[in-house]
Amino acid sequence: MRELRIHGRGGQGSVTAAELIAVAAFEGGVFAQAFPAFGVERRGAPVQAFVRFDNIKIRKRSQVYEPDYIIVQDSTLIKDVNVFLGVKPGGIVIVNTEKKPDFKIPEGVKLITIDATSIALKALGLPITNTTLMGAFAAATGEIQFAALENALKHRFKGELATRNIAAAKTAFDVVKGAA
Amino acid sequence: MLEITEGSHAVAEAVRLCRPQVVSAYPITPQTHIVEALADFVANGKLDAEYINVENEFSALSACVGASAAGSRTYSATTSQGLALMFEVCFNAAGMRLPIVMSIANRALGAPLSIWNDMQDSISLRDAGWLQFYAEDNQEATDLHYIAYRVSEDQKVLLPSFVCFDGFILSHTYEPVDMLTQEDVDKYLPPFNPPERLDASDPVSFGMYATPEYYLEFRYEHDKALKDAREVIAKAGKEFAALFGRDYSAMVEGYKLDDAETVIVAMGSICGTVKDAIDEMRTEGKKVGLLRIRVFRPFPSEDVAKFIKGATQAKRIAVLDKNISLGAKGATALEVKDALYGSTVPVWNYILGLGGRDVRKKDIKEIVALADKGQGDQFFGLRKEVL
Repeated sequence: MRELRIHGRGGQGSVTAAELIAVAAFEGGVFAQAFPAFGVERRGAPVQAFVRFDNIKIRKRSQVYEPDYIIVQDSTLIKDVNVFLGVKPGGIVIVNTEKKPDFKIPEGVKLITIDATSIALKALGLPITNTTLMGAFAAATGEIQFAALENALKHRFKGELATRNIAAAKTAFDVVKGAA
Repeated sequence: MLEITEGSHAVAEAVRLCRPQVVSAYPITPQTHIVEALADFVANGKLDAEYINVENEFSALSACVGASAAGSRTYSATTSQGLALMFEVCFNAAGMRLPIVMSIANRALGAPLSIWNDMQDSISLRDAGWLQFYAEDNQEATDLHYIAYRVSEDQKVLLPSFVCFDGFILSHTYEPVDMLTQEDVDKYLPPFNPPERLDASDPVSFGMYATPEYYLEFRYEHDKALKDAREVIAKAGKEFAALFGRDYSAMVEGYKLDDAETVIVAMGSICGTVKDAIDEMRTEGKKVGLLRIRVFRPFPSEDVAKFIKGATQAKRIAVLDKNISLGAKGATALEVKDALYGSTVPVWNYILGLGGRDVRKKDIKEIVALADKGQGDQFFGLRKEVL
């Protein structure tokens, strides 16, 4: 079983990202489970969402404490929340930042930074980075195929909004693939 | 067809396929997504039902009582404080023998206010005379609605049912669920046809006054019908299994009990985590098994006794309760002790996961270690620093 933990702030679409990643993984034949860290979500407050991937039925229901993958939607969270806590050796951490990393990640963990805010602003006109980071996640981990991600986005969003979100995800996918 | 969807949406879809004719509910976290989806179905013509908007939960269930007495298949959903507000109507619905089905997205009760999961809400209504089903996953949370209507509406039963699933932990989780089709459900669930109904041309009364010469007999018959539901559940479960392959005929489920020295007893979504913990403990040579209770009312006392007797190596039983009958024990522990009266195997109770406290595999392992040492009947996971 592989596990993903997404850190974001209320309003950035962390829960939606978790759901759509699970939908895309399911399309790829994987048993996926997505759920939020249930809280009193208000805009700007730190939130978490989780995804599990396995080839067999997932029974476990606790939150994710030792993730294989971490997505950090907002690098300002790093000083307030121990977002890298429990990440497994060999794990992958994706952080949205336009700066060079000024934080430490645990040893043996791969760090990918991406300026998802600029990509999202360009594609959507809004600094909502969830779909951009889903593209980065697909490229970095191979847990989901881009085509499946595209289908999940088309199913969730309508018309122009779907097109723009797919464009944002594709840009990030290509950036991460190019860097790999 | 297997699809990935949110638990609440899967439940709403299952309810739609049951063709309720009247839906009345009041939104409350974490049940909200279910009733939003049903309201959409009715507004968009996907469900031919009367959706009655009401000002609170007391009215929601009252509307269902009237509609059910008039011969309609009715549905409601609630949780926590909403269910508490329905307290009086719950007893009336059951006493009038109205087979309403109500989903409970289990949540803690205030005070202090908590929107998070435990089972105190439905467990506190265990004496209301409803059937109570508890789901481990979202597949079961959907399927138990078909079963609940079949059993509730059976002429031998004619009692309402709670279909309980853990709020947030199941209601807000996306996972694959095999959804039945309308054709499937129509094969399994015939239209509601009660023996008595409100009819202006042939007047009858429901829930009338019972003097001391009659009340005791009413209660006896109510209790008997609830107990007789055991056979009806077995039959309805077998027929469901024959059609769709998933078997809910047993009110309890045993997991690796045959040679288990420690038997965990639990209900609901926590059982998935318990099963994973058991598999890990067994690789470490610890013989642990699980007895999962799927139906809490009527309580499957005989099944519990039979399964524990079958676990011939059992040296101790650890009952996990996401509820507490304050001043006594967890409700499941009380029932299990009653079912095992005369047995010499010690039964230890652990109160855990209240108000949304996360329960992990390592917690289950710690509980097994405590039971091995004969330490039980306690709240598990207390943060001593805040006491």
